[in-house]
Amino acid sequence: MNARKIRVILRKEWAEVFRHRVVLFTVIFLPLLMTALPLGTFYASSDWAGELPPEALACPAGLAGSECTVYFLLVQFLLMFMIMPLAIPSIFAAYSVVGEKTTHSLEPLLATPISTRDLLLGKGLAAVLPGLLATWAGFGLFVFGLWLKPELRFVAAMALEPTWLLAVFLLGALMAVLSVLVSLMVSSRVNDPRAAEQLSMVVILPLLALVFAQIGGWITIDRSLVLWASLALLGLDFVLLWLAEQVFEREAILTRWK
Amino acid sequence: MIVARNLTRRFGDTLAVESLSLEIGKGEVFGLLGPNGAGKTTTVRMLTALIAPNAGEAWVAGHQVGKEDMAIRRAVGLLTESPGFYDNLSAAFNLRLYAELYDVPQPERQAEKYLRLLGLWARRKDPVATFSKGMKQKLAIARALLHEPQVVFLDEPTAGLDPEAARLVRDFIAGLRAEGRTLVLCSHNLDEVERLCDRMAVLKTRLLVVDTPTNLRRAFFGRRVVFHLTGEASRWLEALQGLDFVRESQAIADKLVLALDDPDAQNPRVVRRLVEAGAEIRFVGELRPSLEDVYLRLVRRTEENEA
Repeated sequence: MNARKIRVILRKEWAEVFRHRVVLFTVIFLPLLMTALPLGTFYASSDWAGELPPEALACPAGLAGSECTVYFLLVQFLLMFMIMPLAIPSIFAAYSVVGEKTTHSLEPLLATPISTRDLLLGKGLAAVLPGLLATWAGFGLFVFGLWLKPELRFVAAMALEPTWLLAVFLLGALMAVLSVLVSLMVSSRVNDPRAAEQLSMVVILPLLALVFAQIGGWITIDRSLVLWASLALLGLDFVLLWLAEQVFEREAILTRWK
Repeated sequence: MIVARNLTRRFGDTLAVESLSLEIGKGEVFGLLGPNGAGKTTTVRMLTALIAPNAGEAWVAGHQVGKEDMAIRRAVGLLTESPGFYDNLSAAFNLRLYAELYDVPQPERQAEKYLRLLGLWARRKDPVATFSKGMKQKLAIARALLHEPQVVFLDEPTAGLDPEAARLVRDFIAGLRAEGRTLVLCSHNLDEVERLCDRMAVLKTRLLVVDTPTNLRRAFFGRRVVFHLTGEASRWLEALQGLDFVRESQAIADKLVLALDDPDAQNPRVVRRLVEAGAEIRFVGELRPSLEDVYLRLVRRTEENEA
């Protein structure tokens, strides 16, 4: 692995992608929206008393009544911070190989002494990092926004519990890596950027199941689940990196693409 | 510098290159000719370690294809058929990027050197998308040379360029030759091959011939001498009978075209015979068949044999 070459690819990808204002807008707008929406909800509502959904009965120990309602609501919003880093990078990654096929820039690139792993890591990191950093920044803003209003400081404290920090910063990142690797694999195999984008979005669906399972009350996201899921995803990410290298057939990419 | 032995490459059922064997020496400029789909690009891709041969062996700059691919990629420069730049980025950014990928010690300085050499320095900050085809081609040549490779593969370097840009690129290639680099030039431009190459090969899935342009011309047409006569030349064909060294004779209007092995020694005998027969000779000169004639004859002959 050559860190310098990974950095070169990463710099190239960013220089290319961020030249387009629409892309910049996508990276900034989605996290901002996902931050403003829950903040607005919490700021707008002051009366948390009401009928709780049955799932909310599984409240953490020590929480009851309106606090439980707040916790239920917070969890749904925090799940958004886990999904956000999936959507942004997969679009970048989906285009990254097939896009170079269409512009014929892949052959000169593959003629340089760069390994497939370094190339994919460069492209993958270039796709993962903006979404991830934007999401984390959004999460920071969200917590800060909660903390600014004294009656919401207890909600900020809930969001900063280790379980949620792990979920947003670790599990979310690992899920983003997974979606990018799948998108890169798709991008290596297809010949049409539109097909790559559409197929890559499919990868998000199984991950969305996690969110719906939580909302539906089938699973409860706690620290052990986050840790086990992170461990499993870490292993899966390594397997996918290996698989992405195998799927990226330099010869096929050069000879089948006209 | 380049050695290939029985290189073969298939794509499914299609045989792209069959049993290609050749040797190219250090500092040699070698032309690779052939019709579309003859296997030129596949050969270049095998020799630049972009694709692997199905059979055979090859060494480029002392490194074996398939076993030392990274070393080969470091040692060779490749001008691809299509320039393939990051069009939204500047020329300088593109070159610096490749310089870094080739582990050039001072990428900025090296990029500057070639931007200046190829007359692109003033446009270095402009996106490549704004460049003309000729400028893009020059930039692609710069990219192929950034890491100072000893072996450079140039795939159709002047294809699609206007005459002025093509000449500029050709002059630059001639300059590379003077630097002692080994150049492999794939081209359809026979004039270009003749002007730049020491030797050339004609490829049509398999290697049809390898030699210098001059030797190929002689091998296919011998040396041809044209005798400009007064009046219809066909009248004098009979007079040449008995001159065994005349390999071929043809009368075209007032000209007699003869294929001779050694015109210096044989011309006086032909002149004497014609004058004795009553012919009036106005002028004698050597006819040089073009490399295009050689190429077309070779390809047609191969097609006939295959048929």
